[in-house]
Amino acid sequence: MKILVVTEQRQGKWNNASFETLVAAQQIAGAHSGSVSALVIGKGVALLAEELASKNVAEVLAVDHDLLENYSPDGYCAALKQVIDSAKPDLVLFPHSYQVRDFAPKLAASLGKGMIGDCVAFRDEAGKLVFVRQMFQGKTAADVTFVGVGPWFASFQSGAFRADLLAAHPSGKAPVNAANVQLKAEDIRTKPLELFKEAKSSVDLTQAPLIVAIGRGIKAPENIAQAEALAKALGAEVAASRPICDEGWLPMERQIGSSGQTVAPKLYLALGISGAIQHVVGMKGSRTIVAVNKDQNAPIFEIADYGVVGDIFEIMPALTEELQKAK
Amino acid sequence: MNIIVCIKQVPAKDAPLAIAGNWIKESDIGFEMNEPDSYALEEALRLKEKHGGEVIVLSLGPERFKQTIKEALAKGADRGIHIADENFAQLDPLNVAKVLAAAIAKEKCDLVLTGLQSDDQGYGQTGVLLAGLLNLPHATIIMQIDVQDGKMKLKRELEAGWFQWVECSLPAVLSIQSGINKVRYATLKGIMAAKKKEIATVTRESLGVNVEPTQKIEKIYVPTKTKKTEFVSGTPKEVAAKLVEKLKFEARVI
Repeated sequence: MKILVVTEQRQGKWNNASFETLVAAQQIAGAHSGSVSALVIGKGVALLAEELASKNVAEVLAVDHDLLENYSPDGYCAALKQVIDSAKPDLVLFPHSYQVRDFAPKLAASLGKGMIGDCVAFRDEAGKLVFVRQMFQGKTAADVTFVGVGPWFASFQSGAFRADLLAAHPSGKAPVNAANVQLKAEDIRTKPLELFKEAKSSVDLTQAPLIVAIGRGIKAPENIAQAEALAKALGAEVAASRPICDEGWLPMERQIGSSGQTVAPKLYLALGISGAIQHVVGMKGSRTIVAVNKDQNAPIFEIADYGVVGDIFEIMPALTEELQKAK
Repeated sequence: MNIIVCIKQVPAKDAPLAIAGNWIKESDIGFEMNEPDSYALEEALRLKEKHGGEVIVLSLGPERFKQTIKEALAKGADRGIHIADENFAQLDPLNVAKVLAAAIAKEKCDLVLTGLQSDDQGYGQTGVLLAGLLNLPHATIIMQIDVQDGKMKLKRELEAGWFQWVECSLPAVLSIQSGINKVRYATLKGIMAAKKKEIATVTRESLGVNVEPTQKIEKIYVPTKTKKTEFVSGTPKEVAAKLVEKLKFEARVI
């Protein structure tokens, strides 16, 4: 099986999930006697290509073009379609980033193929490659397989594989080959303009050792005070899942998850958070996770060290009082 | 400005899910409009209020989806198209998009909006696939839309707090990020008005779409645990005392 990994970089800086996807590819190649090629795309990517060549890959493909300096879905799709047409991989893998979500399904469709996105694992079942992804906001897992011939397209969720397991090249360096592509400026129909961050956030959750996070279970903005009192007793910062910030109950800078901050505190206390994938990717690296939820089947309990099935409005004040007493 | 909004109906957030083979048991649970789609619908209604035109909601699924189409009409959409499909859950993202694209191609529209992903299958591919199939430019994870002189300036959300402005011509397909706006409720007047609005029913067959599967859901199941969770029980007071004890002396994090 010929596997092509499309890595991701922005302005010369890696998206580290690229290396996790390379690990996934090495593992699939190991189980299916395959080879792994790594692709880097952009403008002036020679140094990045060299870095990839030091990993255990059969080949590095460098896709370099002036029109690929800034990401655009049209530019990436047109370039990668040409590369895939000539390299003929059986399986094309991506990190499941916001950028990949923005172009990879269209790229696959342009070749008449489907994509299995946001996978958390793969399995080999009697020679058949099975991809595992979450459904129903993480409440269920699904085994999904491809139908028909390749190239097949799949992306892996951030954190699904460990980048530190990436094998180095056994004998120094893999060959770096330029993949020439033809692009015309008029084919790129959207124009990327400036990148920016909203007003500097006053709180850096990534540095907080203790975090009290609230989700939909908090029900109303006036109930947040109870979580804040608990956070104060604990000496923790308050954070939230996306819906709470969407409602404007807490500022966006306090959002944990794929579109917000990624944190790994000593203690993460999740109150009324169901544990949807988008939230979990932002906090699953926490050392100790405590979850309080009224639904015993909430996916947050899959990653919790300590779980309480109960009403957060009973637990929050009791825990606050207990912490004050313990001081 | 004529806008088509693709919406989906999904199990209600607190619905207890029972698994049946490669889907869930649909009897005895409630359904609601997919939350990310409600933001796309709201954005379409706001664009219509500003620029005029028509908002059409498009939905592919079984008979029960009509209730969600009616809800969209009650909020202010002008008409609905229901692609009746009892077997929708087994259609893969590419084939769903092919059927939707065939229905969209029959309409004159300037903009197609989708939510970012569905709360059931969560593929998050529909908007991008529609753009490919309809040969239109697209952008995803949109947090702001400014329309001027037949062009749009769009605010895209990237990861880790970054944003980007993108310029895009019309017609186009946009996937809307949740939280872009405050979603309205249907008014009584809106609910009454919706009764007179049209919902056209079509099928894959009447649209002339041949479905060729590219992937298959083999089974769905409760995920295997990666961590051993120690459950703490008792009265709230007991739970609090036990937790503090464990966090202090077992996990040693406080």
